[in-house]
Amino acid sequence: MKPGRFTYHAPRELDEALGMLHEYGDEAKVLAGGQSLMPMLNFRLAQVDHLVDINRLPAELAQIRWAADAVTIPALARQRQVERSAEVAAALPVLTSALRQVAHPQIRNRGTVCGSLAHADPAAELPTVMSVLDASFTVASARGSRTIDVADFFRFHLTTAMEPDELLLRVRIALPPPGTYAAFHEFATRRGDFALAGVAASCRTDPSGVVRECRVAAAGVHATPQRLTDVEALVAGSTLDDTVLDEAARLARAGVHPTGDIHASAAYRQRLTGTLVRRALADVRTQQETTG
Amino acid sequence: MSDHAGAVKGMIGASVTRREDDRLLTGHGRYLDDLELPGALAAAFLRSTFAHANIRSIDADAARELPGVVAVFTGADLMEIQKPLAPKVTHPQLRDYPRLPMPPSAVHYVGEPIAVVVAESRYLAEDAIELIEVDYDELPAVGSTAAALAPDAPMAHEGDESNVAVRLAQSSGDAEQALRDAPHTLSAEFTVTRGGGHSMECRAVAARFDPATGQLVVWDTTQSPHYARQQLSLIYQMPEDDIRVIAPADVGGGFGPKAQFYGEEVVIPWVARKIGRPVKWVEDRSENFVSAMMERSQTHRVEVGFDDDGRLIAVRDLVEHDQGAYCAGLQVPSITTSTLPGPYRVPNIHVELLACYTNMVPASSVRGAGRPQAVFTMERMLDRIAEHLDLDPAVVRERNLIQPDEFPYEVGITFRDGSPLTYDSGDFPALLSGTLERLDYPALRAEQATLRAEGRLVGIGLACYVEGCGLGPYEGAKTRLTNQGRVLVTLAAAGQGQGYETVYAQIAADALGLDMRYIDVTTGDTSKIPFGQGTFASRITATAGPATYQAAAQLRERLAETAAVLLGCHPAEISFVGDRACLDGDVDKSRTLLELAQVANIGKHGITLPKGVRAGLETSAYFAPERAAYASGAHAAVVEVDPDTGGVTILKYVIGHDCGNVINPRLVDGQVLGGFAHGIGNALYEEAAYDADAQPQAASYLDYSLVSATEVPAVDLFHIQTPSPLNPLGAKGAGEGGTIPAPAAVANAVEDALRPLGARINHAPVTPARVVDAIERAATD
Amino acid sequence: MTDTTATGHLISVTVNGATAQHAVDDRTTLADFLRERLRLTGTHLGCEHGVCGACTVIVDGAAVRSCLMLAVQADGCAVETVEGLAAEGELGPLQRAFRDNYALQCGFCTSGFLMSVTAALREGPVRDEQQARDVLSGNICRCTGYSGLVQAVLDASREADGE
Repeated sequence: MKPGRFTYHAPRELDEALGMLHEYGDEAKVLAGGQSLMPMLNFRLAQVDHLVDINRLPAELAQIRWAADAVTIPALARQRQVERSAEVAAALPVLTSALRQVAHPQIRNRGTVCGSLAHADPAAELPTVMSVLDASFTVASARGSRTIDVADFFRFHLTTAMEPDELLLRVRIALPPPGTYAAFHEFATRRGDFALAGVAASCRTDPSGVVRECRVAAAGVHATPQRLTDVEALVAGSTLDDTVLDEAARLARAGVHPTGDIHASAAYRQRLTGTLVRRALADVRTQQETTG
Repeated sequence: MSDHAGAVKGMIGASVTRREDDRLLTGHGRYLDDLELPGALAAAFLRSTFAHANIRSIDADAARELPGVVAVFTGADLMEIQKPLAPKVTHPQLRDYPRLPMPPSAVHYVGEPIAVVVAESRYLAEDAIELIEVDYDELPAVGSTAAALAPDAPMAHEGDESNVAVRLAQSSGDAEQALRDAPHTLSAEFTVTRGGGHSMECRAVAARFDPATGQLVVWDTTQSPHYARQQLSLIYQMPEDDIRVIAPADVGGGFGPKAQFYGEEVVIPWVARKIGRPVKWVEDRSENFVSAMMERSQTHRVEVGFDDDGRLIAVRDLVEHDQGAYCAGLQVPSITTSTLPGPYRVPNIHVELLACYTNMVPASSVRGAGRPQAVFTMERMLDRIAEHLDLDPAVVRERNLIQPDEFPYEVGITFRDGSPLTYDSGDFPALLSGTLERLDYPALRAEQATLRAEGRLVGIGLACYVEGCGLGPYEGAKTRLTNQGRVLVTLAAAGQGQGYETVYAQIAADALGLDMRYIDVTTGDTSKIPFGQGTFASRITATAGPATYQAAAQLRERLAETAAVLLGCHPAEISFVGDRACLDGDVDKSRTLLELAQVANIGKHGITLPKGVRAGLETSAYFAPERAAYASGAHAAVVEVDPDTGGVTILKYVIGHDCGNVINPRLVDGQVLGGFAHGIGNALYEEAAYDADAQPQAASYLDYSLVSATEVPAVDLFHIQTPSPLNPLGAKGAGEGGTIPAPAAVANAVEDALRPLGARINHAPVTPARVVDAIERAATD
Repeated sequence: MTDTTATGHLISVTVNGATAQHAVDDRTTLADFLRERLRLTGTHLGCEHGVCGACTVIVDGAAVRSCLMLAVQADGCAVETVEGLAAEGELGPLQRAFRDNYALQCGFCTSGFLMSVTAALREGPVRDEQQARDVLSGNICRCTGYSGLVQAVLDASREADGE
């Protein structure tokens, strides 16, 4: 389990890194935290000719930045750093909660938020959480930079809208308006394992307790994080009472078409998605009741 | 144990801190991969990617040309060592297929080694592996026992007419007739799937050949160095004395798979000899997943007959056992069949075994070794009997347990060693009642009823077991007063973390009447003691323990004799104070151990030994038990099931354990609790899944879940001690008792929790998906 | 600082307080560098895909898997391994707690546990069994069943608290 041969590059400047990605194209792979890429290299499931390590890029790429209406998590912000940020916990508690469910601290110490998003594992926590937030991804290449909305970012299993020469520079998350509550619930066989399914839900409610906007996304049931639009349509305009929750669970079960594997059948994952939708929405309701 | 006057008493039974710990805690352990072998090359194996295929050709030219590669050998390049690796336990009726070290022309499971690369580094060796091209002719494969036994099944071995390796039956009484006559009968089908040993250190072999002496030195993570040497001697046609197999002082866990003998252990030393350089192969985890032996896959079709009180009248069980691609030994299924009756009186029993060839890694012992499957079957049925008669499951067990005054108890069938299955000692009712007491059982049942009324699914599961352990044929120990004046205990047995350096010093200390700080223990080196069997089947304390005690007691006599001559007294008047052999405990009339060695071991040219002193302070003893001893125990699990996720939470766990007399209580606790964690893995998490084409589906820890500290609950553990009459220490085995009944106890608890829903748990591990599927099946039935 | 040399990259790395320069190639993992080059064989490889935790070391204060990091990436970093825990030749408090609670058997996973727990205890005390189990959950032990490890973490935390 030793990685195959590659040429290691440690650019110091962004332009240099982007130049390398431009030059090597799909013969290159970006190394950030390495917690997904290194196992694949060790198993020789992935072979790359050029490994472009972005860890030596300027330190500002590791600093979480705040604006009045958004937080920006740049390429080198470690998962643990974001998880332990009191500001993030206050502004986006759902992100903190999801991060705590990612593997173990030893992995999160090196793993980056952007790295997990660029890896685009549909069973992972962060892509699914981003799918219910107002998140946009700034990707850069020697050709320039562009911003991709989360709705367009995840394309397939381990595949995003990024071109081989592009680097995910940062993810910007708009701070949710007052009255927004969100939750992430997953179920894994064992602590730290990939979840059998996971659900993120975010609801903006008005002072009377009626949900004005709802987003729900599921992990582990599709080739990308899957938005559950039927559930969202049901919940929007409702007050999250038990009847709505039960119906949301039913719609969730009907709305996902997962595949079975050695861990669980497709039917189990469907059912679990319904359960987790119910739990996530119930969590949202509790938050709303206790703070609202 | 010791009645020597003035002896340091009572090291046996003391929780002594482990001697091994200082080096292990500071990173100075000496595991195989840590050994520095100047000039050593790294080896890597090319392994079959098909479960069943003929090899048309292998092209290794590109690999051979890669810079840094020293040699590449395919199976066909090493025909001189392509001799069968014999089954460890066999049977005259076994239809055996030769398991070759590196088969040259056909493969029968994914992971089977077919070529080896030796290179300047493991990185380069793996590069070269990728350059080898194999032209396979793929054949249909068998991925389960069900597939093996199906009509028109493909054959695991091409051209065969049946996948059945052996069909064996054991009977006592007339189960057929008794089942016909029984007032009640119940039948069920249970399956248990494969799991592995997963020692944290994988397997490893290193070797160096010295042409000047003709000596081949082999370092091997094996649990059985003497067995490995014997096999190498047969295959290489070399005298055993020219082969030295060393199990390193530190081996990172064994759990059964390292007790087997593998092709890699034949290939690596041979290649080292062939190319004239030391070679080291360290199995990586991806290899371990597909090539280390594993077990547990069995299907049991069981029928029980019982009376109105729940007393067993008859048990009939048909066991389909997945033997894997080759028979590495019939120990696992034969242990299953002899473990089935457990601690219960079963007047009529019939167990039939169908061991099947499949195209998967050969099956062999993993901690528990065939017993968890038998206990699962029996204990699930006892719960079903209780349910059928509306009796408490504890009561049904109490009514069937063998009583303490019935030992030795003849079960009526035979053990794996061919002897009549006879339990030596035990107190099964005390184990069960102690377990129930710690649960506060009546109150717990009341609480369960309350919680059920609230809609919560809480269940209680019990499981009792016996474990044949401490079996023969023998194990040996040597003791010697070294010329440095220390006592050295040499064991053939090799440890994998059990604390031998501590435990055997304790035993020797009591036999010698000497403080254990003057005693050293060395293990697992065939050049230091000629005969040995190995560490497996929870056998060492009950075999090497008495051997050590006897050898050390003999050495004590020799030391006392020598000191008595020098001090002019009778040996009975000698005792040790510190490292001094004293007359009547008087240090002023004494000789140190060093002085005794200088007289009896070293001597001087032309000077005769003092009259009466026998030269050479060395003793040895081999202890051969008459038959296996029986450890026993009772487990209880209290669980809560989340019906929506299928998640199982263990709320409480109690273990009652009896392994006879205990040498070091804390180390025994560690054995039991460690085994228990493995059992929880088997109960809820671990599954070495294969698909229908026999391709392994769980080949990383992302797909195969080992339990961490958050999955293993705290355990309320208690011991009783019924000494074994079969060895002078009264010891029994402790290594597997934690594992054996855990899947049964947990499955019983889960089914009990689900009783309001009528869901059936027939499969281990009890994964969340299986729980939910069981609930849904019950709802639609 | 990373320089590409004929044999690879020249890195400067501080291991257990001692800084030295080494030439490393592109793909050598930090774990193999520690074990093979520096002969610090206390760091063990159990799975090489980041799950078992046997290879855990502390890099710039954070517990990480040394099988998932390249040696060249450790350029300029401070690496702590198990060999640094008993620098004075005496077992440290955590090591003593492991020994006194029988928290190890085969010892193969032990170094990784020691490094994970060392890093965790620097972040703050561990107050109860559940928290101790959380702290331990990123490492696998196949021998002990964890109960000794749980108690060792609690004891070591209490001792650190008392000082």
